[in-house]
Formats: sequence, C-alpha cells, structure tokens
Amino acid sequence: MIQHLASLPVLLPMLTAIILLLPPCGKSLFARRLISSLMAILTFAITVLLLIQVKDNGIVVYAIGNWSAPFGIVLVADMLSTLLVTLAAFLGVGVVSYSCAGDDEQGSFFHPLVHFLILGVNGAFLTGDLFNVFVFFEVLLIASYALLMHGGGKPKTRASLHYVILNLVGSSVFLIGLGILYGVLGTLNIADMANKVPQLTGDDVYLAKAGGLLLLVVFALKSALLPLHLWLPNAYASATPVVAALFAIMTKVGVYTTLRVYTVIFGEQAGELQYMAQSWLWALAIATMVIGAIGVLAAQDLRKLTANLVLVSVGTLVALVALQNINATAALLYYLVHSTLVTAALFLLADLIAIQRGKAGDRLVGGRAVKQPFLLGACFIIAGLTVVGMPPLSGFVGKIWILKTTLNSEQALIFWPVYLIMSLALIVAISRAGTSLFWENKDKGAEAGDVANAHPLQIIALVGLLAGSILLVVFGDAATQYALETAAQLHDISGGINAVLKGGM
Amino acid sequence: MELLYASCVGVLVTCGVFLLLRARTFPVVLGLTMISYAVNLFLFSSGRLTINKAVVLGTGADYADPLPQALVLTAIVIGFAMTAFVVILSIRGRADLGNDHVDGTLTRSKRKERR
Repeated sequence: MIQHLASLPVLLPMLTAIILLLPPCGKSLFARRLISSLMAILTFAITVLLLIQVKDNGIVVYAIGNWSAPFGIVLVADMLSTLLVTLAAFLGVGVVSYSCAGDDEQGSFFHPLVHFLILGVNGAFLTGDLFNVFVFFEVLLIASYALLMHGGGKPKTRASLHYVILNLVGSSVFLIGLGILYGVLGTLNIADMANKVPQLTGDDVYLAKAGGLLLLVVFALKSALLPLHLWLPNAYASATPVVAALFAIMTKVGVYTTLRVYTVIFGEQAGELQYMAQSWLWALAIATMVIGAIGVLAAQDLRKLTANLVLVSVGTLVALVALQNINATAALLYYLVHSTLVTAALFLLADLIAIQRGKAGDRLVGGRAVKQPFLLGACFIIAGLTVVGMPPLSGFVGKIWILKTTLNSEQALIFWPVYLIMSLALIVAISRAGTSLFWENKDKGAEAGDVANAHPLQIIALVGLLAGSILLVVFGDAATQYALETAAQLHDISGGINAVLKGGM
Repeated sequence: MELLYASCVGVLVTCGVFLLLRARTFPVVLGLTMISYAVNLFLFSSGRLTINKAVVLGTGADYADPLPQALVLTAIVIGFAMTAFVVILSIRGRADLGNDHVDGTLTRSKRKERR
C-alpha cells in the first residue's frame, strides 16, 4: 500500500469523480455532497501522508505499469510536487465545503467537475513526463471550462469563449514545442531531457531553444504572464466565486511548470542553453506586476480586484523563478502557498459580502450594510493585511523574504522600487475597498432583514483558508525550513535525475 | 517528401491562424481545427519521416519510432474532445449573447449594416 501512495493523489479524485457521476449520486444532492466532502478530506489526508513520507525518505518515484523511466511514464513525488499537491487538496476541501452551502445546486455536475479539476492539477504536479503534463493540463482545462460556465449567464459565456479559445491555441503551441523537443532530444521524460540537453551540438541547440521558448509561451498563457494575461481578470471575476477560489491554484500550475522546466531542463547545467528563458521571464514578470497593480487600483468590484491580485502574485512568483537560486526558490514556495490561500479566501469573502449587501453586490460603492459586519469585517482585515504584506501575517514574512533574496542580486535596482510601489498601491486599493464595502452605509433598515446569515459551512471554509496563512506565521520557522529544503532538493539537479532514472521501482 | 510534408503543415498553420483571427466564432472554430490537424502532422514527423521500417523493436536494425504515433493518437483524441466542446460553447454563445461575435458585441458599423 505504502509504495502506491504516490499514485493516490491522482487516482482518488478520479475515482471520486466517477462515483459521483453514477446513478445513486446523480439523484440525491445529499449523497453527492457527503461523498464529495468525505473524499476531498481523504485526498487531503493522503497528500499529507505522502508529504511526510517524502520529507523523511526522499524522492518517491512511482513507475506506472512498472515501466521504468525513461521508457514508461513515472510519477515523481519530490518535496516540491508533494507540497503543491497538498496545497491543491487543501484548497479542494475548502471549496467543496463552501459549495455545500448552496452553490452546487446550480448544476448537477459541480462536484464531479471539482474532483476532475483536482485530478488534473495533482497529475500535472506529480508527473515526471512532459507529455503527461500536457495530458493533465487538458484534464484540468476541460474541467475548468465546464466549471467556468457553472451558474450560467452572459458574462460567463463571453469570458469562457475567450478562455477556451485561447487555451486551445495554447495546447496546440504546447504540442508543437513538445514535438520539436522530442525530435531533437528523443525523450520527453523531464529527468532524461535534463540529461540530454547539455549534449546537444550544432543546429540541434537552436531547435531545442525554439522548442523550449514555445513552451514558455504556453506556460506564460497558463500562468497569465503579461502579454497573455488578458483572459484572467474577466474569467475569474465572472466565474462563480467558489469556482474562482478553486481557480487560484490553476495559475500556480503554470508557475510550477515554468519553475520545473527552466530550473531542471534549461537550468544551471544545460550547457549552451543555460538559463535561456531567464531574461524573458524577468522582464515579463516585472511588467505583469505593474499591470496587476494598475488593475487592482482600477477595479470596480471586489472580485475583479482579487483577480488582479492573482496577476500581481503571478508576477512576483515568476520574477523569483527568474532569479534561479535556492533562496529565491524557497521564498517563492512560501509566497506561493500564502498567495494561493489568501486569494481563494478573498474570492469566497467577496461572495459572502455580495450576498449580504443585496443590490450593491461586491461593487466598491456605498450600499446596504452587511448583515454580519464583525465576522466579515474581521475576515476582510485578516485577508487584506495578508495580501498586502503587512505585519504580523504571512504576507509580511513572504514580502520580507522576497526583498531580502533580491537585495544582493544586480536586478534589485529594478525589483525593489517596483515591488514597494506596487505594495503601496495594494494598500491603497484594499483600504479603499474595505472602506466603501463596510463603512459607506446607506442604511435602509427594513431591507436588511431578508438576507440569511452566512452558512456555517461557508464560514468554516473561509476561516479555514485564512487560518492557513496564520499557521504559516505561527509555524514560520518550520515552514521556512521546509521551503529551503525543498528548494535545495529542486536545485540539486543531478540528484533528482539519478533518483528518477535509477530509482524507479 | 520532406518538402511536401513541411509545406503541408505550413499551409495548414497559415490558414488556421488566418481563420483564428476572424471575429466570428465559426471561422475561429475552423481555424482551431486546422491548427490541430497541422499539429498532429507535425508531431508525427518528430519521429523522422521514413519508409519501409520495421514496426516493432528487434526485428531489424532500423525501426520506426512508435512513440510519436502514441503522442499523435493522444493529441487527436484530446483535440477531438476540445473541438466538440468549443462548438457547443459557440452555439451557447450565439444563443446567450444574441450574435456570433467572439466578444459578444458587434462593432457599430456591423450593427448599422444589419439595419
């Protein structure tokens, strides 16, 4: 059993989704909710087990069908991938429990789709084969297409038309990039590719470079880097908020693949192709941060504001990918976990605020007072402080760490001003949002009575996600230590290659 | 053969990109299909274009690379599903938004034309 643990984060969500599609669950909403939440919690428990096992015993390589790498497809559970899988599963638990309060009634396939999406995300994190990454991307994308439409309505149709077409083009570019790389290298196993890239000579180097940069286009589209970010604010702001909260992990899949491919395959030991994407990544990341901050300032409602915060976090993360050292990668991991949790929590919070404010919704204008000002206000303050990086919450730790790692790099002259001015813009935008949402009340007393209080499950999900970022500070030492170890393992490229190519069981 | 094959892929991609940049959903869907055909052909060629090679390992010194064929098969299946989805989505868009423009709104000149 224990040696099959690495495959369970992929198999369990798939099994759950299929069970949820079968007749007994198709009829009863209660059965769907029960099975979906139980299995989401079970998946989370399994990923935590895997996380502990990998931390204690090193990289686990799981050869699917017992075909060893590089011929078969392997799942590689190293510290980086298990950390992200755990994060995805945790987010899944939060989203499923929040949706059980009523958001899942709008379409009968909500729960299976959530589990299919988690299957795709987990698979993309765990797999050690680049073509398999493509397959899992498609799994998570088709689930996300359907989830984006959940609830229906004009803005959703418009946003998903753009989202689907763009991503289909992205998939084609991905395949072309993979075709070029396979033609040159003769393998698509990530570890094996890392082995073969330094041995390229002559024209093959340029072909591999073209293939690698085509992949960069795809990853930039998935993670919403600057020229390819236009789909994100509309898609995330028009999606049902609980779906948008789940989507918070999807841009991180793009960041993860960028980190993996340009650290392991085209990283330090890639010979002539060493660090080939770094200058691109750096410039695009800075520009994304700037655009994201402008978007945050210009946002008219809380969901759009949060969607632009996702852009800001992507920009920050990719800038750290471009730095390519252990410290920066460790800061990246810490910031990635923190930003995923807090943006997801903000989407859920926007939903609760919109419900309780009636007509004004989550638009940043004065309106009716929320029904539970203390609860929602406290959550908003915590989320706001976290996301702008004020002490004492996890955003602050992440921000200080990021500033510290960039201090000695030659790019600090660009990064520091941009990052600090961006933080200021975020503080302004968030405090303005909080002021108009909670304080600019035009009380029409009688009306306020007809809205229900937030469902306990919604509060649990919201507080749970926010608690994640508080725990990141309380156990800050352990968290930073873990991030450092993970980064060291990722940057130990030859160790990783050996584990995959010789350690298959 | 290489020239024919390469120009075939090139023409398909060119047509696909041209159609993709149209403003209506129908040509965009056609463009996507063309690009996915081109991609399938391209993937197939990544195992090198050869004739009369053994199919299975071990029956001769030379053999055809089986992996690109597996990749193409996967790509075809996925491309098929995605095309089906985008067709349904376009029809839904036509119904929901009242026109088949990808942005859901016609430009002013088009609206005048209609009148």
